[in-house]
Amino acid sequence: MQGESLIVRDLEIVATPDGGEERRIVSRIGFSLDPGDVLALIGESGSGKTTIALAMLGYARRGCRIAGGSVRLGQTEVLSLSAAETRELRGHRVAYIAQSAAAAFNPSRSLMDQVIEAALLHKVMDRQAARNKAIGLFRDLALPDPEHIGERYPHQVSGGQLQRVMAAMALLTDPALVILDEPTTALDVTTQVDVLRAFKRVMRERGTTAIYVSHDLAVVAQMADQVLVLNQGREQEQGRIAEVLERPRHAYTRSLLAATRPHSLHGAKQAAEAGQTLLEVENLGVGYGPVNRDGKPADIVLREIDLSLAQGRSIGVIGESGSGKSTLARAIAGLTAPCHGHVRFAGAPLPPTLRGRTPDQFRRIQMAFQSADNALNPAHSVRRLLSRPLETYFHLDRDARRRRVEELMALVKLPVDLLDRKPGELSGGQKQRVNLARALAAEPDLILCDEVTSALDTVVGAAILELLAELRQALGVAYLFISHDISTVRALCDEVMVLYHGQCVEFGACDEVLGNPRHAYTRQLIGSVPELRPGWLESRAVAG
Amino acid sequence: MNTIKTLTHPKANTPRRLRHGSHLPVAAPLRRNRRRLQLTRWIGLGLFGFWILVALFGPLLAPYPMGAFVSDQIFGGASLAHLLGTDYMGRDMLSRILTGARYTVGLALVAALLSSLVGAGFGMLAVLLPRWLEEAVRRVFDTLISIPSKMMALVMVSAFGASIPLLITATVLSYAPGAFRIAHSLAANLSTMEYVQVAQTRGEGRLYIATREIFPNMIQSVLTDMGMRFVFIVLLLSGMSFLGLGVQPPAADLGSLVRENIGGLSQGALAVIAPALAIGTLTIGANLLIDSLSTSRATHKE
Amino acid sequence: MRNTLLGLVSRRLGASLLTLLMVSLVIFAITSLLPGDTAQQILGQFATPEQVAALREQLGLNQPAVVRYWHWLSGFVTGDLGQSASNGMAVAQLINDRLPNSLILAGITTVVSVPIAITMGVVAAMCRGGLVDRLLNLVTLSMVAVPEFLVATLAVLIFAVKLDWLPALSYVSTVSSLGDAMKIYAMPVLTLCCVLIAQMARMTRAALIDQLDSPYVEMAQLKGVPPIRRVMRHALPNAVGPIANAVALSLSYLLGGVIIVETIFNYPGIASLMVDAVSNRDLALVQACAMLFCGTYLVLVMMADVCAILSNPRLRNR
Repeated sequence: MQGESLIVRDLEIVATPDGGEERRIVSRIGFSLDPGDVLALIGESGSGKTTIALAMLGYARRGCRIAGGSVRLGQTEVLSLSAAETRELRGHRVAYIAQSAAAAFNPSRSLMDQVIEAALLHKVMDRQAARNKAIGLFRDLALPDPEHIGERYPHQVSGGQLQRVMAAMALLTDPALVILDEPTTALDVTTQVDVLRAFKRVMRERGTTAIYVSHDLAVVAQMADQVLVLNQGREQEQGRIAEVLERPRHAYTRSLLAATRPHSLHGAKQAAEAGQTLLEVENLGVGYGPVNRDGKPADIVLREIDLSLAQGRSIGVIGESGSGKSTLARAIAGLTAPCHGHVRFAGAPLPPTLRGRTPDQFRRIQMAFQSADNALNPAHSVRRLLSRPLETYFHLDRDARRRRVEELMALVKLPVDLLDRKPGELSGGQKQRVNLARALAAEPDLILCDEVTSALDTVVGAAILELLAELRQALGVAYLFISHDISTVRALCDEVMVLYHGQCVEFGACDEVLGNPRHAYTRQLIGSVPELRPGWLESRAVAG
Repeated sequence: MNTIKTLTHPKANTPRRLRHGSHLPVAAPLRRNRRRLQLTRWIGLGLFGFWILVALFGPLLAPYPMGAFVSDQIFGGASLAHLLGTDYMGRDMLSRILTGARYTVGLALVAALLSSLVGAGFGMLAVLLPRWLEEAVRRVFDTLISIPSKMMALVMVSAFGASIPLLITATVLSYAPGAFRIAHSLAANLSTMEYVQVAQTRGEGRLYIATREIFPNMIQSVLTDMGMRFVFIVLLLSGMSFLGLGVQPPAADLGSLVRENIGGLSQGALAVIAPALAIGTLTIGANLLIDSLSTSRATHKE
Repeated sequence: MRNTLLGLVSRRLGASLLTLLMVSLVIFAITSLLPGDTAQQILGQFATPEQVAALREQLGLNQPAVVRYWHWLSGFVTGDLGQSASNGMAVAQLINDRLPNSLILAGITTVVSVPIAITMGVVAAMCRGGLVDRLLNLVTLSMVAVPEFLVATLAVLIFAVKLDWLPALSYVSTVSSLGDAMKIYAMPVLTLCCVLIAQMARMTRAALIDQLDSPYVEMAQLKGVPPIRRVMRHALPNAVGPIANAVALSLSYLLGGVIIVETIFNYPGIASLMVDAVSNRDLALVQACAMLFCGTYLVLVMMADVCAILSNPRLRNR
């Protein structure tokens, strides 16, 4: 057993924003861990969870400062060490696993070089011993070709593998404490499961004390013994993980849990009386690169997609990164030209690109992008963003425009006094609501939603999802809802299409496909989504 | 069992978090940095503002006419009658600098404005043109940018002789390509933004997209770039005058003043130091001002 | 796998050649759109029309522009650069006499400035936000905007006039010892270095800070890697491309600076030759010098790009 105990008392961290007053971003945090325990820090963006985790290494990012408190690891008081002693601590007794391994590895040095650097620097062992131990860890972490993967460079290795190499780097010196900072957030779900399993096994075997930072309760349920729920730098609740999940005491924890638990949104489905067919996609394919003799491009991202969407209905498209799901939306929107197949809209053929579409077709198909940051022009006020479609489509006069803009704000539940702000002055959720209001301004029949909740915090995203369901019921608008997240699709959609490497592997009624998947990939995809109960990972490991 | 990914879905285009993996203001500078920023800004503003005022009102304030021979002494030192001494022909140096600054500042301003107008105009336009035409425009500017500015000016003067319109033409030919390159890459980046795609799927025309969606987001960078160009153009034009290939007598800009009095250098004459210092303070002031403005904007954005 | 790297580099070479060709076209076009003509210029104002016509014939000026361009260009490739209009000597000879002097001046300046500038940039980046960094920032920010002749005149004033340590003018032919040489080159090199160092130091600092802000450097810090090793082993190798670019850009600026400095110090190099040629409107000489400068500039920029390609780990270890 190598893990040591960790006791944190009254931790305070302040930030000094540009020219402003010092602001407390973490206050009065305390917890204690027995050797071998894993504590999860959970919270949304801005909750201070990463900041707290970094303080365990005696580190605060630029512009932040650890203002007080104590971090006691074994017999060492971390916060009162000298600079040299702190360096000796880091990468030796306390190790860090970063969120994005792709960015946290130096692109110009080989993986082995970086994995053993800390061990050599702290003179824990000699080069040969370090290499051998690293290879052993690579093997334990189920990396392919453990003997030689260290000779590669970061860009030659996939994201999931890199994340595991980083774990090997952290564990090489047998640290007393490991900090895992959202280590699987950047990965696809099917990759995430394997990485979690590998992490869990090596940590259990070594009895490592660890802090696991995450926004995802279901992941945390698999990895941690204790949990500390954070909001805006303050503790909301702390306890054994099973207890907190079953009997959350604090209202904030309950709201987090509610946003995480899948439930069919009220009214989403009964509105769906099939109307006339709105959108028909037939044998659609998209590809790039030079076209070969058979008229097929070299690099095909989407092939032979068929679907039909009736008025007021909603189809979910799920798949992992690179599955071509966004490309499907872009092809229907006319932003990407298909290489074969056609699309009919409201009974008439839809020209493949923007050129040749009629103003009415433009109006009736609206697109809502994932990141409202990029989808709203930062130079325009909210009023302007919402007025423009009214000008182009309906030629409304000033007064009518003003009234309609206010109606739209009410529709997406935003206060009217936000109208004169620029997007930069809005929160993420507000931006996404403006984004939707702009699409609704066109009074469309179809909205193409591309990952509209993905960049948002759990609670905020759940609220947007609810809004989408209400709008659908009130206005009878149809959605093509692109997402990597099965639970959002389950909550909102009538039918679902599963994409894998550009191909539709399964298509059908939502409950049918998700409840009783027939295709192996669909099963894998659904089975990879962590469930909100401890022990799920192990039970799945036995099953799979 | 929800996995709404708050931070980074692989395709999540949220650079503010992806880049540093942090939700903290990563580059928040310390407060004393800010104070220092203010200091360079005030120094810059003071120097640059001074020379703008001189360019505007200098000739009115000059104690003597620019070309008048007012002293028997050549390369005279500072005195009450001649605060900056006299030049190689006994003319009042202060009057000559007050008048010459107007040429230096005025010419450079006009040339910088034209360069940015031409460069940024084509830069925006190129994004809207068909691919092959865009490529052709870029080739032309790429060629021009490969000719160092002094070379361009020298070659043109050797062919057409030095005159003010020619100097401006040569300057624009060598500085517009840089402005083009920056504006074009900005516009090309902005044109892939999702809000531009939203405008496209709304059926907006190219002109609307260029002027309303793209342009407002690049104007600040274009203005900063124009400021930098102004500094370089002042250096180029006074360099040309210093070589005797710029503004021709009887007109004189600050560079010409250095040249005509260079004979007094071995005596350490004020007549050669003063105009050289004048150019230096103008360009340093402008540079400090631009730097502090663009730095403070960059930190505000973070 | 080498092939792709080789392919990239050779494609870059090809692009440079093409640009050089386009540049030659521009230079030729500007100098051939003359209102007057070369023959008239050579013979002066008092020549008879017959004489002018004869010389035009002899020089081939009656031929269409395309043909003349072709002759000019092929002359370049074979080393026949034509004759100087002012003194009748072969342009190639004139350049040959002066070029070594300029190369020595540029060479010394490069050798002196590059190490100093990179050191300054690295130091500033390491002490980011500290007193040293702020001081260096103010100094370099001011220096980049200073005209060479201000530095030169101040240098002459201090070192030649007030202190009388150095001669104000450079006579290369009188060099007999190392001490002499140092005295002669001291001020021109100092003048050129000032702006050059400031520019390169700023760009080096920016390139390095870009890397120091990246997550992998933070990771190194969290592994307990000490500051100097973080910069030298982690950040610097990834900043080689941008720094090479900065050096190349600054050195191309050196080409412009040389023109002023050679004139001030009466240094017999190629730049002062060109300035004289421009004053005399000696077009053949101007064309040749301009091509030489533009060619050098393109080579520098190309070398920087090749450096960047070679230092990119994604390309190197495919």
